[in-house]
Amino acid sequence: MNPSLSYSLLFVAAALFSIGLAVVITKRHAVVVLMGIELMLNAVNLNLVAFSQYDPSRLQGQVFSLFVMIVAAAEAAVALALIIQVYRHVKTVVLDELTDLKQ
Amino acid sequence: MLQIAFFAFIALTLIGALTVLLTRNVLYSAYALLLTLLGVAALFVFAGADFLAVSQIIIYVGGVLVLVLFGVMLTSKPTTISTSTVVASERSNAILAGSRGVWLGVLLAAGLFFGLSRLLMNAHFALFDQPISKAPTTIDTIGKQLMTEYIVPFEVISILLLVALVGAGYLAKKSIKP
Repeated sequence: MNPSLSYSLLFVAAALFSIGLAVVITKRHAVVVLMGIELMLNAVNLNLVAFSQYDPSRLQGQVFSLFVMIVAAAEAAVALALIIQVYRHVKTVVLDELTDLKQ
Repeated sequence: MLQIAFFAFIALTLIGALTVLLTRNVLYSAYALLLTLLGVAALFVFAGADFLAVSQIIIYVGGVLVLVLFGVMLTSKPTTISTSTVVASERSNAILAGSRGVWLGVLLAAGLFFGLSRLLMNAHFALFDQPISKAPTTIDTIGKQLMTEYIVPFEVISILLLVALVGAGYLAKKSIKP
């Protein structure tokens, strides 16, 4: 892949990160906010992989994005467990309605 | 031909991400996230990262997305909207997500994208002048790196996965004794 396509990968990663940020800021459902975080992590992975192609002997970017993926999977599991427990207690997952520490 | 496929996968990725942003139905945004993750996996293939593309599909599409769908299903609550006046994707069995501060969020994201693209247009990365990798696959390099240079993060992240597994199972338990 020639460098101009690598530049367009960087632009796609910037667009994905911005869309993920907009999802995190605007949406009120906790699971959709989690989806926005996943979008942002994917954008970061895309950026790392776009640079890692030019570093074939060490592949630092690809190994780092592998670690990012694993941390994202662990984060999603823990966050969804927390969301389910919150739903059991308060009967809502809309973030604006979660205003009390204790019911 | 290769370029057409490349830009088609870019369009798939961005359309999926925009659908996550624009739709109100949570299940629709989960399936649009599936499109985006598959598009990102295809872009990994174009960037010469075959092992990462396969692990993207296995981890995100096979693991995280199924978890997200389970989360949506387990936390849904029957809404009380009358079925006659709403459009098809917002019927009473749909799980809806409202939005708040739309203009602020979109303005912030557009400003971030504008700044980043200004930065990228003015930048010239010295790494992009390097010769490109000619290796047929990246698996052997990644395997050697994980066993030599990155052995400590590799072991730490295996412990992190174990802790996250046990912690998620404990947190999602039916009743936590005080």
